[in-house]
Amino acid sequence: MIPAAFEYVAPTSVEEALAALAEHGDDAKVIAGGQSLLPVLRMRLNAPEWVIDLGRIDSLRGVRDGGDHLVIGAMTTHHDVGQDPLVHEHALLVSKAITHLADAQVRHRGTFGGALAHADPAGDLGAPARALGATFVVQGPGGTREVPADDFFVDLFETAISDDEILTEVRVPKHTGWGASYEKFVRIAHQWPIVAVAAAVRLDGDTIAEARVGLTNMGSTPLRAAAVEQALVGQPATEEGVAAAAALAAEGTNPPSDLNGDADYRRHLATVLTRRAVLSAAGRS
Amino acid sequence: MTATQEPTTGQEIGRDRRRKEDQRLITGRTRWTDNITLPGMLHLAMVRSPFPHARITGINIEAARQATNVVAVYTGADLGEAQGACINAWPVTTDQVTPPHVPMPTDRVAFAGETVAVVVARSAAEARDAAELVEVDYEELPAALDLKEAAAAHETGGALAHPDLGTNVTAVWKFDSAEAGTGGDVEQAISEARANGIVIEREYRQQRLIPAFMEPRSVVVDPTGEQITIWSATQIPHILRFALAATTGVPESKIRVIAPDVGGGFGGKLQQTPEEMIAFAVARRLGKPVKFTETRSESLLTAHHGRDQWQRLTLAATKEGKVTGLKVDLLADLGAYVAIVGGGVPVLGAFMFNAIYKFPAYQFQTTNVLTNKTWTDAYRGAGRPEATYAIERLMDELAAELGKDPLEVREMNWIKHEEFPFTTVAGLEYDSGNYEAATARAREMFGYDELRAEQAERRARGDKVQLGIGVSTFTEMCGLAPSRVLGQLNYGAGGWEHAEVRMLPTGKVEVVTGASAHGQGHETAFSQIVADRLGVPFDDVEILHGDTQISHKGLDTYGSRSLVVGGEALVRAADKVIEKAKPIAAHLLEASADDLEFNGGRFTVRGTDQGMAITEIATAVFAAHNLPDGVEASLDSEATYDPVNFNYPHGTHLCAAEVDTETGQVKLRKYVCCDDIGVVINPLIVAGQVHGGLVQGIAQALWEEAVYDENGTLVTGSFVDYLLPTAADTISFEIDHTTSPSTTNSLGTKGVGEAGTIASTPAVVNAIVDALRPLGVNDVAMPCTPERVWRAINEGSAGGETTGAAAPHFDPSTGMSGTVDRAEGDVQ
Repeated sequence: MIPAAFEYVAPTSVEEALAALAEHGDDAKVIAGGQSLLPVLRMRLNAPEWVIDLGRIDSLRGVRDGGDHLVIGAMTTHHDVGQDPLVHEHALLVSKAITHLADAQVRHRGTFGGALAHADPAGDLGAPARALGATFVVQGPGGTREVPADDFFVDLFETAISDDEILTEVRVPKHTGWGASYEKFVRIAHQWPIVAVAAAVRLDGDTIAEARVGLTNMGSTPLRAAAVEQALVGQPATEEGVAAAAALAAEGTNPPSDLNGDADYRRHLATVLTRRAVLSAAGRS
Repeated sequence: MTATQEPTTGQEIGRDRRRKEDQRLITGRTRWTDNITLPGMLHLAMVRSPFPHARITGINIEAARQATNVVAVYTGADLGEAQGACINAWPVTTDQVTPPHVPMPTDRVAFAGETVAVVVARSAAEARDAAELVEVDYEELPAALDLKEAAAAHETGGALAHPDLGTNVTAVWKFDSAEAGTGGDVEQAISEARANGIVIEREYRQQRLIPAFMEPRSVVVDPTGEQITIWSATQIPHILRFALAATTGVPESKIRVIAPDVGGGFGGKLQQTPEEMIAFAVARRLGKPVKFTETRSESLLTAHHGRDQWQRLTLAATKEGKVTGLKVDLLADLGAYVAIVGGGVPVLGAFMFNAIYKFPAYQFQTTNVLTNKTWTDAYRGAGRPEATYAIERLMDELAAELGKDPLEVREMNWIKHEEFPFTTVAGLEYDSGNYEAATARAREMFGYDELRAEQAERRARGDKVQLGIGVSTFTEMCGLAPSRVLGQLNYGAGGWEHAEVRMLPTGKVEVVTGASAHGQGHETAFSQIVADRLGVPFDDVEILHGDTQISHKGLDTYGSRSLVVGGEALVRAADKVIEKAKPIAAHLLEASADDLEFNGGRFTVRGTDQGMAITEIATAVFAAHNLPDGVEASLDSEATYDPVNFNYPHGTHLCAAEVDTETGQVKLRKYVCCDDIGVVINPLIVAGQVHGGLVQGIAQALWEEAVYDENGTLVTGSFVDYLLPTAADTISFEIDHTTSPSTTNSLGTKGVGEAGTIASTPAVVNAIVDALRPLGVNDVAMPCTPERVWRAINEGSAGGETTGAAAPHFDPSTGMSGTVDRAEGDVQ
């Protein structure tokens, strides 16, 4: 598997990266961890003339406390995000999703921002990002702008990032003390999810006070199951209490049909997995 | 007995030796074919057809020829007859219809992925770049894709894989026990059972699989020198050499084939490939060394596939559950060409559908069919997994019909241990076995009764997760093979194996075997055998193989034959060494040969403390200063062994599976097996073979399937969609053995390489069906995906063929900027 020839540039600052992007424009691809781009290049499904590597921009790495939110640098590896104590404390759902993401090799090379910018609807990070209401910070020639998660994912492999911009950081609002669960349904462990459900729950005693639910691979983008979230509020955290709300999970979705399952099967899975994810997040399974 | 007594023989056999070859194999610091680099070596890239069936109307190679560092571009027409042909070594019937198989066709392609041009460049990258510049004009032809439709195409006017043949049916091979005199009339048994017994009729699908060995295929050809040397990642260096000579006109004596370290095969490298033939022709044309290493995508697309059958089965039994007859009617998809063993794979299964049972009447028929898909051939088990699957599923169905325990129904029908040797309804003589003992041990390890109790409890409770227990009591014929039997089956070669034992002057031992290891551990196991036989240290034995200059005779490795045929050849060659050493020892010890004993590597004079090690004799023979008159100065010996019979390992496999009835997800809970493979040389290697075999068989049940779409494009063309399991997907297996030594070789060994794969597939599917039977399910098609299981529960169907596109993770149509425009269906 040999990619077509390309020129390679590895800037050390965001400004240099933006300059390279401005110069090469449509002929360039940005590489972060390379876990999606490299297979595409090697299978010759894409042949950019330039590859701009963000791997040497140290300022894009790391997790820090931003007050009411966490700031996750776009080039932080999945492994580093998953192991971060701040993430575990304030955004447990992200930690949980990362334990299911691909395999150990990918988690050590792939990056948080890279995976989100790739916007594979079967990727494991989009649903948690939507569920927790993350904000995406993108930088371009005109400076930085903030894009809410609900606007970030546009379509299959398409985000609100313009061709002359790069994703620099993701801000995740703190959900301290919330329970979380990522229910990923696969046939083999290293597969993309057929369907997955990301759920975070805040309990008040035995009652669900608030809930956040995101869906993976149930449409052309990661989805947020707002109807489920609303229906869960005030319900007891029991199988019966959650089931009716979870049954709404597939409403308004348009999942794909492929080798791993038809759309109707995915819709069914979404309801089952939502019930399980919510109960698990509530510590009831 | 004193503490200093020489070790006796037998201490290496049965010992858990770690594999001596593993360090270099695992680190890769060894001679994989792709590691070989020769001075001035050129690299090849193949231009492949995106269409399953098309006429080639033009090939424009000019742009590619002009590309940087391109040395040459050839089409099939350019290479002509120099490219030879891919042979079918086993025409299963005298009237078999066999399409000619030119490695690079000139006028018509018959499957997507077939090579139509080859680019030769100074680097692999340049060859690959230039291959994209070759323009091929195709005129698409109707493609035969569906096996059942293809089988009937000569009557329905459907698409023909090779229009000139007028049919897609290459051969119909039949065995009937009444005609053969080995049993009764199956039709009579069925009609009697219809009137007053039980008839089970089922149709099962053996999905298409891809062997997916770890090392992609690679070939290096060096035409400089007196012999043309070919290094190839192949299982069959000797057969490849024969095929090259037979089809290119190059004398066999001018060809040297080397299979260096080979990274797995599972039957998938039991082939004479178009790529090998093309590389051979190009190297000869240019007079320069060339290399071709396939990509993983090319491997999945073009290396031969396996299985792919429809099985129509009719089982007749008495009301008590005694089977009275079995009728098997197969459709076997051979793909675009009849491969080297090809149509023989279903025939190898013909003798195994009756399995461990005493069936009074049996009939088998296979209809071998050509389609415009990748050719199929041997894949771990080759015919026997298909047979075992069918009969073990049927025995569970019979038990369900009777309302009896599946083990009880099996026992009612199986051959009792005191009845061996036993001649079966298929005409084979089973050498040894003890199904009662293996089953009793497996039951005990499994906790059969406890799990049945838990199953009943979950059923009663209406648990969303149901428990199923699957049984598979398998046997197989292995150790290919008695040459006479192969001759009767019209196979193109014999089944002997060759070995040579060389005593070096320093006391070390070189052993040459015609078996060609590709991951099995021959170097370790064979060293153990020879070390015991000659009484020399394990580390002093070197096993040489896989090079026709060193190992000039051999029939290579497949069909669980290396140990049981090749191992016996080793024993015989080693015994000849001892026989040759004996008169020399007598001479040097000044004793009569009749008074000598050989034990623990030493000749001793009976009743004295005088003796001499065989290694000392080797040194004396090297010096040759003092040998008896008329004795040649060599201990080296060779032996060629042709077995008189196959041997028949067997085992009882028990699988417990939890089925989530809400999602259809299947989770293995417990898997135990007790295999009887005769005497074990190295338990560690055996455990590795069993564990790996189990995973491969379980993978057929649950995960793997090669899927084509309606355009004849392989949808599962990468490991994103062709689901190979890893350790994360399996559970810890519990394995054990009973021992019924084989009577067909002196070591008492039976084959083990395919056992786990053959046995495990039906055990898993039986467990799934067993879990769901109260819900009205009696079949789930393989692979038993969660969706199929869910539909079986909710819609009552077994689930049809897999359809649908690949998941689009790497799809070019995904809005990534800078996407290359590809020709429709372009496979590169």
